[in-house]
Amino acid sequence: MAKASLHTALNLLFFAVIGTAILAITYQLTHEPIARSEEMEKLKLVSQIAPAEIYDNDIIKDSAELAADKLLGNDDTSVAYIGRLKGEPSIAVLQVIASDGYSGKIRLIVSVRSDGRIGGVRVISHKETPGLGDYIEIAKNKWITVFNGTSLDSIKDSGWKVKKDGGSFDYMAGATITPRAVVKAVHKALQYFAQHREELFKQRPPAKAEAVTSEGVKK
Amino acid sequence: MTAQEFKEIFYNGVWKQNTGVVQLLGLCPILAVSSSVVNAVSLGLATALVMALSGATIAPIRNLVPNEARIPVFILIIAVLVTVVQYSMNAYMYGLYVVLGIFIPLIVTNCIVLARIEAFASKNPALQSAVDGLAMGLGLTAVLAVLGGIREVFGHGTLLSGIDLVFGEAAKSWVITVVPNYHGFLLAILPPGAFITLGMLIAGKNWLNLRAEQKAKVVATMTPSSQAA
Repeated sequence: MAKASLHTALNLLFFAVIGTAILAITYQLTHEPIARSEEMEKLKLVSQIAPAEIYDNDIIKDSAELAADKLLGNDDTSVAYIGRLKGEPSIAVLQVIASDGYSGKIRLIVSVRSDGRIGGVRVISHKETPGLGDYIEIAKNKWITVFNGTSLDSIKDSGWKVKKDGGSFDYMAGATITPRAVVKAVHKALQYFAQHREELFKQRPPAKAEAVTSEGVKK
Repeated sequence: MTAQEFKEIFYNGVWKQNTGVVQLLGLCPILAVSSSVVNAVSLGLATALVMALSGATIAPIRNLVPNEARIPVFILIIAVLVTVVQYSMNAYMYGLYVVLGIFIPLIVTNCIVLARIEAFASKNPALQSAVDGLAMGLGLTAVLAVLGGIREVFGHGTLLSGIDLVFGEAAKSWVITVVPNYHGFLLAILPPGAFITLGMLIAGKNWLNLRAEQKAKVVATMTPSSQAA
């Protein structure tokens, strides 16, 4: 009996070791392409809201880790990317979360230029109703570009609402909760930027690793 | 393996015992990703690949594994294979990997994979088991493709949207707009649409079976009477 159990245990161990070895090899072979494609994906997204001519640094590597903040809507640290032109900070890309959408969290990235104007906003992920609330996606609708160029100066605090609530942002019939959440989150992101400008734009030691340049993605 | 045997296994996997419309196993991913053809076929093919590989791996070692330890060992092997597929997709088909997301690792828990291992690969040689896994997987892919096609046309008015995630930016022009300026039909995109469409597919298959049976009966009753006359 004891011998049989031992045999079974050894058998399990044998397969576990082989399985682990196969996984280790696969990981070794794929982790570099995975890191590369993840970086390309990020850069593709960032380049949509941060025009390539306003920064010349490696924007993905020039990142700041930000503590959780109410204005960012997250409860974990997030990463901000900083673009610089000839060493001067020109744009910051923040990741923010709107939790008061129709269903689940709406994850956004917001870029803010050094003069406080928004470079652009994109939705990274959301669970809003398909066909109703999903016009916040750039693939479905241009709505999200209404934020381009807006700032805390160009629209005063009371204006950061959808038109239905007396604000200055358009929305589409059928879904008001979704754009309401997005407008609020973008407004808060601008406030965060205004409060943490210095910290975001301070010089960081350059990353050593070579990364994909923005040129590579444009082609 | 004879050609006849091969044909039988294939017919069994793709049609007679089809996982999607006959065995009704592994429905969770079917319903979740079948909102478009590209998603549906991609997950179907990933599952077929895992099923063929796991059949081919487990059949030759089936006699090495003690009976009481076979389920954990089988699951372990399936999990390893799925993770290999997952890493590869993450590395080389990133866009698709993001869309399919959690459903790739969940192939491990798809009961159809373990079910075929238990029912077939643990009793048959490697080649037959691989063919069985592949046939079952392709049967599932076919159902997913039809389901995805119907839901996509009714839900979005397009076909093959998202194909650029598989074949790169150039493939964007392959998307077919079936109904221009379509406003979308929410029910088809949401899970209930998947249930209803799947129900119709099952009904359709049963109808085909019934018709074939009746034809066979008619032929059977015809033959003796013609002999009598």
